Amino acid sequence: MAETNTPSTGEFTKKTIKGAGNLLTALIVLVVDIALGWFAYQLFRLGYIPIGICIVIIIVMISVAFLVPKAHMFKWMAVGLSAWLLFSIFPIIYTIYNAFTNYGDGHLITQTQAINQIEAQTYLPETGKAYDWIAYRSPENQYLLWLKDAEGNTSLVTPVDVEGDAEIPLVPGENGIGELDEDGAPVAIEGYTRLNRILASTDKNLTNIKFGDPEKTIQVRSPSEAAELLPLYAYDAETNTFVDQLTGRVYYDEKGTYVAKTGQRLIPGYTAIVGMDNFVQFINSPGLRGPLVTIVIWNFIFATGSLLLTFSLGLLISIIYGDPKFKGKKILRSLLLIPYTIPSLITILIWRGMFNPDLGIINRMLEAVFNISPRWFTQPWLARAALLIVNTWLGYPYWMLVTSGALQSIPGDIYEAAEIDGASGWQKFWGITLPLLLVSVGPLMISSFIFNFNNFNLIYAFINGGPPIPTATTQAGYTDIIISYVYNLAFASGRGVQYGYASAISLILFVLIAIMSLLQFRFTNMWEEVGENV
Amino acid sequence: MSKHPKSIQRSRRISLIWRWVLAVVLVTFSIFPVLWIISASINPVNDLANQKLIPDNWGFQNFQQLVTNPIFPFFTWLKNSLIVSTISTLLTLSLTTLAAFAFSRFRFKGRQGLLKAILLIQSFPNLLAIVALFTIVKQIGDVVPWLGLNTHAGLILVYSGGAMGMNIWLMKGYMDTIPRDIDESAHVDGATDWQVFWKLILPLLRPILVVISILSFIGTYGEFIIARTLLTQREMQTVMVGLQIFTAGQYTKNWGVFAAGALIAALPIMIIYLILQDQIVGGLTQGSVKG
Repeated sequence: MAETNTPSTGEFTKKTIKGAGNLLTALIVLVVDIALGWFAYQLFRLGYIPIGICIVIIIVMISVAFLVPKAHMFKWMAVGLSAWLLFSIFPIIYTIYNAFTNYGDGHLITQTQAINQIEAQTYLPETGKAYDWIAYRSPENQYLLWLKDAEGNTSLVTPVDVEGDAEIPLVPGENGIGELDEDGAPVAIEGYTRLNRILASTDKNLTNIKFGDPEKTIQVRSPSEAAELLPLYAYDAETNTFVDQLTGRVYYDEKGTYVAKTGQRLIPGYTAIVGMDNFVQFINSPGLRGPLVTIVIWNFIFATGSLLLTFSLGLLISIIYGDPKFKGKKILRSLLLIPYTIPSLITILIWRGMFNPDLGIINRMLEAVFNISPRWFTQPWLARAALLIVNTWLGYPYWMLVTSGALQSIPGDIYEAAEIDGASGWQKFWGITLPLLLVSVGPLMISSFIFNFNNFNLIYAFINGGPPIPTATTQAGYTDIIISYVYNLAFASGRGVQYGYASAISLILFVLIAIMSLLQFRFTNMWEEVGENV
Repeated sequence: MSKHPKSIQRSRRISLIWRWVLAVVLVTFSIFPVLWIISASINPVNDLANQKLIPDNWGFQNFQQLVTNPIFPFFTWLKNSLIVSTISTLLTLSLTTLAAFAFSRFRFKGRQGLLKAILLIQSFPNLLAIVALFTIVKQIGDVVPWLGLNTHAGLILVYSGGAMGMNIWLMKGYMDTIPRDIDESAHVDGATDWQVFWKLILPLLRPILVVISILSFIGTYGEFIIARTLLTQREMQTVMVGLQIFTAGQYTKNWGVFAAGALIAALPIMIIYLILQDQIVGGLTQGSVKG
């Protein structure tokens, strides 16, 4: 890089340093690219194509950012954007993709994996290559099997699921093997009992154990014979079908499951694209649609109610105690701020203990004073009320802080002018304070609404969506909001996980959130802020 | 307006009295759960049913339980939480500051689009994509085990990658308020972009760095659902996951121990709030919301 005809040594040194710096940068980028390239290659090899592509994009991005001078500004954000791409963008794209697949229980693996697993299923043929056998059993019910085929070759094999060599060499004196009898079978093996015909035929385990290599397994067929297991299903790659070797039944690939004409299915299936099936299933099934209607309505009530309650209480406090003449204002503010200073999960769990209908402090007090004991966790509307109470407690300090700041920024002379016109306190509040406040904290109200719209932590940790809706075919409760319902669809055990279907509902929620967010951006000057600076 | 001074004084006193009455009601509402959990933590009666606000006799048995109970490795969890939150915060901070500098100081094609995309993507809760996140981390772990499921490194990456959006905006907004004349004159003197960033801009960013690190630390410390999904081994989990799992079991029988744990787990965040209250309030009004 250094030019030979440089006018001064100072300039020369500078350029040399710069050249060396560039070289070093290129070298580091190369090393990073190679490491990421290896990573991507391994991902492709395991069949993880989408995430592999994602890594390739990252490689290109980093290389361009650091090696193309014109793209120098991307140096600053290459790493950040890579993390953003991998853990923010890609999950969303992947979720959208999942919404059109059957990803879930019974369809968790790739097609290749599923074919391998089905091909590994075996059966014990009635006829076929047979062996004479003698079994040895240890006191811990470990087994060894001695085999002799028609040509007279003998071997000693261990069960398939036992670690180590599948075959033990038949050498007397080694591995505890004793003398061999005239057939070539050990008379005794140290630590094992040689089973005679009667003992062997009464042994419950023996006929179920697979011996030998996973590739070539042998099972005891009758008291006199052992035989090699054969694959039960033969795969035909050309037609993508399986044929049952015992019955001749043909299984056809139907959206990720191999199904016979008569309706039998092979297990496992694989993850396949099923088009709009998840959405169609949702529209057609009352057990799925019904709860979701209840859940969406409650979701909006919950978010609106939470916002109104927390905002009103916060505003009330800052109006009443904002008066600078009020003594003890500072200590009061600190005490009222306490709910905000504790991680919300912890306080949610504490409230859960307090609301416990039989043991909690709230019902014990209500019982003592009013002789009532509300069933907070089993009555739908009581559970919802409890959630709103807890959320008010959690959220009002935020609005107390925000509104007290915003109130101070309303100029005092507006109030003076109103007072001259003879406005009452109430009129001043509705006519001046509230409208001006709404302008300045409006955007925060929308983000608070969105936050509560997706307030998974509260719903999940306090009551896990309960009490359950009886007509629902999946796990759904009266206090579930969309996000907790989706989470249960994906992860709640019992009915099996349904990632594909859960993703389809996530998609609906994505759209709702996008609309609300765009609304928020319109209210704030965020969009314009970008525009002006360019 | 034409009231007798004495009656004004009287009405003022009445208003003061009801203000104080209301204040007492509000404060009771606000601190009751806290008092109750403090009392439960020092109450030797472990059972939820027999808790009293003022325990009959008190002691630190519950706290001792936290140290000795093997199925409740509380201090391992606390350590995990502090490690994960600290590293995620530092990572988020460096990644967002660098990116925000480029967005604030350079003009390039796609800048607007990228900024808008970052903001829009941020508003989707990453919980919704949790199946995808789980799959990604699992697949990464199949190649590089120390970044996979059940590792703190994997969780830290997920947290840092998911926290870009709002923080870049906060940081960029703050940088935009620093006049560009400063760096232009430095450029004239031959300073490189990096020197401008490191020597001129970064020292001026202290207030916003404090705000973002506090909010980010509090956010990751309190997160439990992604942590629970990615960390399956008991000793690897964070303190929030631990407390949540604890209450999913027979929690009513172990309320005292839970209370002691909850109190200790809340302590780091409460300390941060007490010390840095004013900065946090400043950061809140700039747009971040905590429930």
